[in-house]
Amino acid sequence: MEKSVVFSNKLLPYLLLIPQLIITFVFFYWPASQAVWQSFLREDAFGLTSEFVGLENYTSLFAQPEYYASMLVTVVFSSLVAALSLSIALLFATQADKNLKAAGAYKTLMIWPYAVAPAVAGVLWIFMFHPSLGTLARPLRWMNFDWNPLLNGNHAMALVVMAAVWKQISYNFLFFLAGLQSIPKSVLEAGAIDGAGPMRRFWTITFPLLSPTTFFLLVVNVVYVFFDTFGIIDAVTGGGPAGATTTMVYKVFADGRLGGDLGGSAAQSVVLMVIVIALTAIQFKYVERKVQY
Amino acid sequence: MVEHRPLSDIIAYAILTLGIFIVAFPVYLALIASTHDAATVVGGRMPLSPGDQMLENYYRAVFVGGARTSREPVAQMLINSFISAFGIALGKIFISMLSAYAVVYFRFPFRKTAFWIIFVTLMLPVEVRIYPTYKVVADLKMLDTYAGLILPLIASATGTLLFRQFFMTIPEELLEASRIDGAGPFRFFWDTLLPLSVTTIAALFVIQFIYGWNQYLWPLLITTQDSMQTIVIGIKKMLYTTDELAEWQLAMATAILAMLPPVAVVVFMQRLFVRGLVETEK
Repeated sequence: MEKSVVFSNKLLPYLLLIPQLIITFVFFYWPASQAVWQSFLREDAFGLTSEFVGLENYTSLFAQPEYYASMLVTVVFSSLVAALSLSIALLFATQADKNLKAAGAYKTLMIWPYAVAPAVAGVLWIFMFHPSLGTLARPLRWMNFDWNPLLNGNHAMALVVMAAVWKQISYNFLFFLAGLQSIPKSVLEAGAIDGAGPMRRFWTITFPLLSPTTFFLLVVNVVYVFFDTFGIIDAVTGGGPAGATTTMVYKVFADGRLGGDLGGSAAQSVVLMVIVIALTAIQFKYVERKVQY
Repeated sequence: MVEHRPLSDIIAYAILTLGIFIVAFPVYLALIASTHDAATVVGGRMPLSPGDQMLENYYRAVFVGGARTSREPVAQMLINSFISAFGIALGKIFISMLSAYAVVYFRFPFRKTAFWIIFVTLMLPVEVRIYPTYKVVADLKMLDTYAGLILPLIASATGTLLFRQFFMTIPEELLEASRIDGAGPFRFFWDTLLPLSVTTIAALFVIQFIYGWNQYLWPLLITTQDSMQTIVIGIKKMLYTTDELAEWQLAMATAILAMLPPVAVVVFMQRLFVRGLVETEK
């Protein structure tokens, strides 16, 4: 849809666009193209000179076992967080959708963790489960369970997953509730008249009608796990122990900063860009048209 | 509803109450920790009821800092967080409203190109191009400045898309009427478009304020001086000290202070928040 009535000024629209275009070029296109360019260079140890090495950064990147490990960590982490936060949020949303008297209050009490910074969420969870002082680590030790997320990779992963899920439930809950409320009641009534019980109605009517929302949330959650969980990981584990919670985004940060390997870090950035562009394309192709509020 | 079963309601209340408990417990624990002294918290036997050190802890966290002089008090971090969150929210609203106005209400060569140039930024969050962006900001001598904290984070298309979508829904008769009254582009923007956009602006502000306040990786990289730290990165630095025992009670007081502003925004401006969330993700 385009406006048919417009202003006819020639210069003004460019002036209006200038602030955003300048910021976009300086802080977006320039660095993004630098990342691509750097990924073909290698700097010496002091960062004084750099030479063009072609695809060498990429080949050495894909020769690193650590890189595949970080891919695996990313896949495990994203699937766990997405699956858990979506199903828990769906459970809560279906209960809140039951025309309860206090539904509004429940909604308010459920959505506020969205506002908690990922890094702060991470700090809260490491405090709860800290091996020596955590309130919830104590019962684990009583059960003779050798809980130590600072040394055991699986425990560390469990902890970052819990923190990430805790923070994401609110967002998924909000969208699931909106999705549930947009399902026409008449469809459910028709199902009830045909003799379908609540569970049957949920799986054969509600869940399929909710699938656009679910799919939209799935993509959003994966993007969330990729980028917004950086703060959680850095606060809880710092990518450790032994790389057990180093996701691909965390590795870009760690290699560039701690290791100083800018070419390799840039190559990782480019790989990530390709993944994100693919994810965004999926989001726009399949989600945009189907999700309705 | 189709049928009403009291049992199903009871289950619903039980599940939701459990959910709220899970959601609130980590924060409750932090709140409790911020009211005890260091020994109680570190000993691993912290009770689940508040202690009597609350005023002391918050006073020390906000105005004094940690035991060592190297630790900055939180007051300065809070100021930095407020400045950067407001800067990011207002800056994004400013640039995106102007560019959306240009794209919707004017016809000019390269209009589509300009829109696409802006649109593409949606695809790459700052985390992916973090070091090159760092280098640009360093070259522009913006490290440890508010401009450096703010500007790179407003280079995104969400606001532009939101305003474009909203402007499209404004009836054309309004523009025709304004033009008959002799209004130019400035008058129309100021007298008609801006008043109509108040809710959209507020919704975007709420979302961007939270986004700006909660930034972590970017301020972590570009602030080297303690006096420029935001509160979110300050907390983590309190915990990972090499030379002393972390002061958890102060870190937890800081965590509570860091949560308060964005959580208050969500709770008290819930309507705007939900609207902003739904519309920016579309």
